[in-house]
Amino acid sequence: MEIIKELIIGLFYIIVFPGLLFLVIYGGLSEWLDRKFYAQMQNRQGPPWYQPFADIIKLMSKQVIIPKAADKKMFKILPFIAIAAINTSIFMIPIFSNSALYGFRGDIIAVIYLLSIPTATLFLIGWSSTSPYATIGSMRVLTQLFAYEVPLLIAVLGPCILAGSWSIEDVAVFFTNNPWLMLVNIIGFLVAIVALQGKLERVPFDIPHAETEIVGGVFTEYSGRLYGFMRLALDMEMVVVAALINAVFLGGSFGYSGWIGLLLFVIKTEFVVFLLSVLKAAMARVKINQMVDFCWKWLAPFAILQILICIVARFMING
Amino acid sequence: MARPLRAWRELVKNLFRKHVTGQYPHTKPVIDKNYRAKILFDANKCIGCNICVRNCPADAIKIIQVNQDEKPTEVDGKTIPAKRKFKCVIDLAKCVYCGQCTDGCPVKALSSSQDFELAHFNREALIDEMKHPYETESKKK
Amino acid sequence: MPKITVPLGPQHPALKEPGSFMLSLEGEEIKDAVLRLGYNHRGVEKAAEARNYVQNIYLLERVCGICSHAHATAYVHNVEEIAQLEVPQRAKAIRMIVGELERLHSHLLWLGVAGHEIGFDTLFMYSWRDRELVLDALEEISGNRVHYSMNSIGGVRRDMSNEQIKKVLGILKTLEKRIKYYITVGTEESTILARTQGVGVLPKDEALKRCATGPQGRASGVDRDVRRDNPYLLYDKVDFKVITQDSCDVFGRLVVRALEMVESCKILKQVLENMPSGDIAVKAPIKIGPGEAVNRYEAPRGEDIHYLKANGTDVPARVKVRAPTLANFESVAYMLEGDTLADAPLIIAAIDPCFSCTDRMSLVQTGTGKSGIMSFKELRAYSIEEYKKKGIDFSKL
Repeated sequence: MEIIKELIIGLFYIIVFPGLLFLVIYGGLSEWLDRKFYAQMQNRQGPPWYQPFADIIKLMSKQVIIPKAADKKMFKILPFIAIAAINTSIFMIPIFSNSALYGFRGDIIAVIYLLSIPTATLFLIGWSSTSPYATIGSMRVLTQLFAYEVPLLIAVLGPCILAGSWSIEDVAVFFTNNPWLMLVNIIGFLVAIVALQGKLERVPFDIPHAETEIVGGVFTEYSGRLYGFMRLALDMEMVVVAALINAVFLGGSFGYSGWIGLLLFVIKTEFVVFLLSVLKAAMARVKINQMVDFCWKWLAPFAILQILICIVARFMING
Repeated sequence: MARPLRAWRELVKNLFRKHVTGQYPHTKPVIDKNYRAKILFDANKCIGCNICVRNCPADAIKIIQVNQDEKPTEVDGKTIPAKRKFKCVIDLAKCVYCGQCTDGCPVKALSSSQDFELAHFNREALIDEMKHPYETESKKK
Repeated sequence: MPKITVPLGPQHPALKEPGSFMLSLEGEEIKDAVLRLGYNHRGVEKAAEARNYVQNIYLLERVCGICSHAHATAYVHNVEEIAQLEVPQRAKAIRMIVGELERLHSHLLWLGVAGHEIGFDTLFMYSWRDRELVLDALEEISGNRVHYSMNSIGGVRRDMSNEQIKKVLGILKTLEKRIKYYITVGTEESTILARTQGVGVLPKDEALKRCATGPQGRASGVDRDVRRDNPYLLYDKVDFKVITQDSCDVFGRLVVRALEMVESCKILKQVLENMPSGDIAVKAPIKIGPGEAVNRYEAPRGEDIHYLKANGTDVPARVKVRAPTLANFESVAYMLEGDTLADAPLIIAAIDPCFSCTDRMSLVQTGTGKSGIMSFKELRAYSIEEYKKKGIDFSKL
């Protein structure tokens, strides 16, 4: 009986909360808010709240066309790998309270690497579709991955150094106890927000699927259900990274749990989404070489500067 | 001078401004009274000069006489031929709404309206037949 | 590195009309570009020979959706020249107002499209929102938003009331503010600069060799503007600057277009404030000619050349249109080579292409259904033969 009970609880975690269902619903709502902010800033009306869900439902009901030259198995299985990786990473991030479901020491590294699996699947998706647009798109995905991943990782490590722990939970608890120290990380926070634009492939770094250049980029050959799942994966990824930023830079739930924790979580993650959409609205897409230049010449040095500041601050706190 | 986020001021302003786009089928756009859309025909004025037909760039308008079978009347021993009566048929799918027919009409029997929602699912519905009252009356008889 | 050939068109999100660009890529760099036109041929010139002079105004207006007034006016100028009609001053002023408003809306449209090509959709939404103001003004003046149909042979079809003049002046005031905003964003936003500076370079000698006209040429330092060099309408009476840039790249084209909008506002203000009074049209004969005429018109995209041959009947014997895109298209392949794939849509968009204006000829032999490309010599021999049948001899030209 115990095993069955644990199994049911485990399945609940995976499928309902904080797993699939939560991520899908919250991801859809976040996508809507992002689009609404974006539209409002452009003086447009924007979509109604159910638009992302309507899109997904419509895509689910459409026919899936797989190109003859594509690797069929890979083509079909890759969107699910992306979703699985994102789903796994949410278990290590605290959501409504300051404790994660399966927190352990060094989980922040695990989360970062789990979150690069969707990017890797994007590359494989493009590569296995074999169309020229998708191939170019997948090359760009990889180039971009090497540009933003390092600044992002370094920026996220800053708070860990300050808190003296490699666990996301501990970082959140540390900032809950010392909220003023959040200001130390302001550079790292900004670097992370910019790098996230690259991770989520949004303007100015939406180079892998720049529609006016390479049509749909890696998704060019995707259609119907499979494309729906891939879009779902990107929406879920946005929620997960927003939750990660919330836990690492913004102090998690400040020790609250329950409804207040939920409210804080929603406000802070949507604030991150808002910042992301401001960046999306205010910039033009850059070229891939400019993107790499920018990430290494500006983002990475600033991230390292942040680390130095954190080390100095750490000594000052301890000393 | 290259600076990032140069457009931010307008973005922030727009966050607190009402959007300019409308929900078209629910809220209709304001159409100016000068707008040229569907052509209207006043059958009582038409004299059948066919200037509109000759100058129509899209070959969309037809003026058809409807009372060819009407007999001449005898008044005081003189035969007066019946006044010719016309109907107008406009193929809305061909019409380019330039309004040349309304401009060229010497008796102003044709005029532009502001009715622009003319899309239809079948072609027959796009043929706009503007009958002369005589036609409907003779059918009743 | 292996070469990849990427098709950009005939159907592609970057292109608003069909045109084919086969790009051979080495990595991201374009090594070779093969351009093909001819997806949008409508036989306008031939159709014009079957219609009378009044019908042709509306037909030629539809050569292009954006510079519709340019084509119609150039054609009407030809007819008036052959028929020796004296167009009233007020009609000229109204033609000019519509023409300059058209330039404003075309440049705003271009700015939006260019913004969209580099992924700056906010600029796209803003400039199209403000373009709506111009379109509203045009709707009120002429009765349509895009195909104004303002010209008649010998004048214009509608007069402008004082309220309309006041309203247009009001719109101009808002537009000037907005254009200032676009100039700051377009010339200072770092991502736009990163995408436009040094992209699609067309040096002055190449621009001259490849007959670049309009903003394309002016951004390469070719100081030519029909409005100043060969004034038509009332352009000799207004004061305006011809904007040129020496940067020869897409950024230069952006600056030229943005500053031209300012100049357009200036011209419009001068005309609207000193509207000549009088009639708006003179009566035109139905039969024109015989005679022939060539007229140039500075369309928003560049120099538009119309040729008309009249033979004394009510239909023209020959109408020839040289749309500005055809002149600018020549330099696209040159500009594409050596730039990256990411620049390709922007470079193509920067000439403000209008393929439906440009497409003139595709050869399909009836019966066999064979299609192919004719060399210029063959084509010329063929056309001379065709026109000989109609009694016009072009062989001495």
